[in-house]
Amino acid sequence: MNEPSRLAVLGAGHVGPVVARLAIKAGYPVSIANSGDPDDIALVADLIIPGAQPQWASDAVAAADIVVLAVPLHRFLEIDPVLLSGRIVIDAMNYWPASDGVLTLFEDGGSSEIVAGLLATSTVVKALNHIGYAELEDRARPSGALDRQAAGVAGDDTAAVATISGLIDQIGYDPVRLGTLRDGRVLQPGGPVFGSVLTRAEFERAVSEDARSIA
Amino acid sequence: MTYTFGLDTFGDSNSDADGQPATHAQTIRNVVEQGVFAEHVGLDFFGIGEHHTDYFPMPAGDVVLGAIAARTERMHLGSAVTVLSSDDPVRVFQRYSTLNAISGGRAEVILGRGSSIESFPLFGYDLADYEQLFDEKATLFAELLKGEPVTWSGKTRAPLLHQDVVPHTERGPLPTWIGVGGNPQSVIRAARLGFGLALAIIGGPPARFASYSELFQRALQKFGRPPLPVLVHSPGHVAATDEQAKAEFWPRWRDIFSLVAAERGFALPTEDSFERDTGPNGALYVGSPETVARKIATNLQVLGATRFDLKYGLPGLTHEQLMSNIELYGHQVVPRVRELLS
Repeated sequence: MNEPSRLAVLGAGHVGPVVARLAIKAGYPVSIANSGDPDDIALVADLIIPGAQPQWASDAVAAADIVVLAVPLHRFLEIDPVLLSGRIVIDAMNYWPASDGVLTLFEDGGSSEIVAGLLATSTVVKALNHIGYAELEDRARPSGALDRQAAGVAGDDTAAVATISGLIDQIGYDPVRLGTLRDGRVLQPGGPVFGSVLTRAEFERAVSEDARSIA
Repeated sequence: MTYTFGLDTFGDSNSDADGQPATHAQTIRNVVEQGVFAEHVGLDFFGIGEHHTDYFPMPAGDVVLGAIAARTERMHLGSAVTVLSSDDPVRVFQRYSTLNAISGGRAEVILGRGSSIESFPLFGYDLADYEQLFDEKATLFAELLKGEPVTWSGKTRAPLLHQDVVPHTERGPLPTWIGVGGNPQSVIRAARLGFGLALAIIGGPPARFASYSELFQRALQKFGRPPLPVLVHSPGHVAATDEQAKAEFWPRWRDIFSLVAAERGFALPTEDSFERDTGPNGALYVGSPETVARKIATNLQVLGATRFDLKYGLPGLTHEQLMSNIELYGHQVVPRVRELLS
């Protein structure tokens, strides 16, 4: 059996530690980084994310197969795309002007499509952005559980979407593949599943009803 | 262990018994009565959260706290929270040290953002600058609290050079807290600046914050500071029975979330999600005095906290419902929590 993929979680705020804990629990090796010195987040890693290795972002990414972007979108714009080159990148970020302010670059279109445009040498998959961080851990259930909930996965690269769907399954959600990043717009703020935790049937119904309302 | 208990309000717009909204002015006068009554039923703290909307018409809570101070003797009074990023730390210090003077040393300050964002465009700030605004201003506020002339420079306000900021407090610094909604970096910041930790738990299971208290105490050690207290702020509503409390609270909860969800693009609460939020592992303290008391006692212990502040009220509840909530909280919930924790 292959060794599990190594994750680099970029962001040690609201979302990053939650994703890191879920991945560690599922058996993935996880590094965590923010924009600065790993010493600054050592205490957070030790107490809030036991098992995660605090590193410089460049070191964490260099050793990783999968990078999770869990930083505010305006801070993402400060990351050098070269750093993420060749990696599968989970975009767990949201463009949420009502909460974070307006970013002109993201005013039109899907935020992950814009992220993917900026990360031309990475493979971007949209996932883990639509369930609130307060609930993400509490609602996770192993495969086969009756009260298992769904989580959307969208991307233009089928193999990467399959990889990330496997990760989503392992950390406790039923992965719902949505097709392309364009299709992943349903996961954004204002979309039919943003901020709610739904079963696969409820999730698929919400998405198809939304498609009908747009058509 | 000494536990203390408070109430917080956002100046939630009241309605009369027929569902007609009260004027903003009437809602504010009602908050004064509620604050005075909070001391009457034995509570330790009354907090007012800054908001700038039609349904939370409460932008100048310190003025309201001054009115309550004039009619109370013992209870502490504070912000819950002051949106420091869109305010001037010097003015915040001056207003709360004035409140401290009026009240004979009973003023506290909780700094944070809450979920309030209206103040940013209102006062000409960009939400994208939030982190820098908060970090700089909280650092300056910590300097102001020392009570000595301040020398400071930064990017978010004019510099200060040996500036004496008045009025001076009589008995040391104002008790100050930082409100944290789940970002561990904010816990570290509170420890670095030497402020208490106010855990604002409004969704998800409260127990997920248990490690934050430990992080806070460990970070205080790292910065060479003595242990500081942790408080929990959560929404709720107490009525005679669980059924009555939920029946009064749920439609108002749904309504306020409908407004906010439309503004911010997230899903509406459902009866299922409300049941989970009001259940033993949820963040809402809605129910009979016994139900609410048990939940408070459990979570204070789990979270290593010594103060619980119930955010009471919602837009559309009546003044009478809120007074009943306050009476039950002061006379039944708090004594029962003390009993459970003794």
